[in-house]
Amino acid sequence: MSLNVVLAEDSPLMRDLLVGVLTRFGHRLAAEVGDANSLIEAVRTHRPDIVVTDIRMPPDHSDDGLRAAVALRGEHPALPVLVLSQYVEQSYAARLLDLGSGGGVGYLLKDRVSAVTEFVTAVTRVADGETVVDPEVVRQLLHRRQDPLQRLTPREREVLSLMAEGRANGAIARHLYVTEAAVNKHVSAILQKLDLRVDGEGHRRVLAVLAYLRA
Amino acid sequence: MQHSTAWRAVAQSPWKFLTSAWPWRSFLYLLSGALFGALVLTVLVAATLAGVVFLIAGVGALLLLGVSLSGILVSRVERRRLLLMDPDPIPDPHRPPAGPGPRGWLATRLREPATWRELGFTAASSAAMWWMDALVLGLSLGVPVLLATSPVDDPDAWPLVVVAVLLVPAAPYTLTVWAGARAAMTRAILAPRDGELGGQLTEVRASRARLVGSFDAERRRIERDLHDGAQQRLVSLNVLLGLARLDAEPHSSVARQLDAAQEQVTLAVEELRELSRGVHPKALTDHGLPEAVGNLTARSALPVTVDILLPYRPPAVVESAAYFVVAESLANATKHSAATRAEVHARLHADVLTLSITDNGVGGADPAAGTGLTGLADRIAAADGRLRISSPAGGPTLLHAEIPCR
Repeated sequence: MSLNVVLAEDSPLMRDLLVGVLTRFGHRLAAEVGDANSLIEAVRTHRPDIVVTDIRMPPDHSDDGLRAAVALRGEHPALPVLVLSQYVEQSYAARLLDLGSGGGVGYLLKDRVSAVTEFVTAVTRVADGETVVDPEVVRQLLHRRQDPLQRLTPREREVLSLMAEGRANGAIARHLYVTEAAVNKHVSAILQKLDLRVDGEGHRRVLAVLAYLRA
Repeated sequence: MQHSTAWRAVAQSPWKFLTSAWPWRSFLYLLSGALFGALVLTVLVAATLAGVVFLIAGVGALLLLGVSLSGILVSRVERRRLLLMDPDPIPDPHRPPAGPGPRGWLATRLREPATWRELGFTAASSAAMWWMDALVLGLSLGVPVLLATSPVDDPDAWPLVVVAVLLVPAAPYTLTVWAGARAAMTRAILAPRDGELGGQLTEVRASRARLVGSFDAERRRIERDLHDGAQQRLVSLNVLLGLARLDAEPHSSVARQLDAAQEQVTLAVEELRELSRGVHPKALTDHGLPEAVGNLTARSALPVTVDILLPYRPPAVVESAAYFVVAESLANATKHSAATRAEVHARLHADVLTLSITDNGVGGADPAAGTGLTGLADRIAAADGRLRISSPAGGPTLLHAEIPCR
């Protein structure tokens, strides 16, 4: 599937690399911009399949990209948005996840682009409406909420962090080189230990897990 | 405090005290006080009377003006005299004249509170204090002398000589105690008030605050330079390596080398990220203390309860001082205290940010031992606040900081 992407990144070097990575996997760049205001304009003009944006950009060099993403989701609730940043912060993750499940949401460290294939997979998953959260965010959350999570076995924790990244059970099974049935067993054990009821859709499950961890 | 040294001397062993310079200094202080007081009283009474009498002639007004400004001269002498009792000199509380010539000098002096405080001191000192000086001198020295000489007139009065001999060692004590009290009073009245020191002290404070402010600005600049420079380049390099890896023959030696290179670059990016976050967290600049501390504690291995409620954002200097206090104390709690829980509490009340960080660890944090706590105290002091630490062996540890936000 070829996606129509609007890209916002203020560093020309990084922008060219992102264009290179995306086009190499057959995606098209509807627009490449270098600041938050042009991003909003470009989305209005091009109606892309997904927005990939840096957080720290002109005009304020603050969290302009994130604010633009929030504003864009206000205008286009189903617009998939993938946000990249040099750091991941809990507060930013929370703000993004609060966008709701109208369209896909992603929050990744910029350095994840270097794992090219996985990055492009993340882009397509967000475009498909899934939630992709950087493993670093998940690691921090797991770090913090030690108490209830201590009940989980290391393997279950591993599965949970993969769940939190928005992976389906099949993908988790492939990642861990186990059968999907084994993963199903782990997932229901996790949900049971965390007092979460089993839910059908993948990313809702993620949101539930994250909401629980964030509380 | 320096002015208590006379009294502290009194508390020493009698031999040490009696052979020290203190009794003699006190004697000189009181003697000069009595003589100078008598002189001042005479001159002032004469000048005032003459002033009233000649008021019609105009010369009188000048004399009265002189009387009202006499405090300045008297106090200057008193400050000099005080050096006998107190090695710490009192600075002159007067400002340099605002205008040139005698007129400027007069205008400045008449408007200063210090001038009138000194006049009050002069009145009190010439009306009462010098009498007291004389009285104490008379009682402690005159009475023994009188008693000792009484058998000259009446040979049967010899037991009084014994009393006199017994009274002699008491005299230095009486003298020193009163001289100490007199010196303390003088210092309390004649020392400049904070606002009067003002000029220089406010300048020192302001320059300290500027220093800390520029230090913060510098850290923000370094963080920005790292973000736009080294971090961006390393990440780009890693992406380039990733793209090259796609082109490399799978399982070839080039692919393996590219993997190894990516691993190294990824580690460098991670280290640089931690470093630059430690230099100055961007969330602090952009969103303030509660969010920055929230992100900090989210990364902390220690479960931390955060309760920060601020009605408005304090100045940047205060925010970063508070942030680094939290960061450092949580790092200490994690590394050294074996704590399992910590709490961060901050409120902004009456323009003072109060911040407390507690942990349930083993305590024993020593500000003298580590540079971390001392650095924090310095930082907070530069923002005109203060930091207190209670960390008994066995815990718990409590850090309490108060930073004014003006």
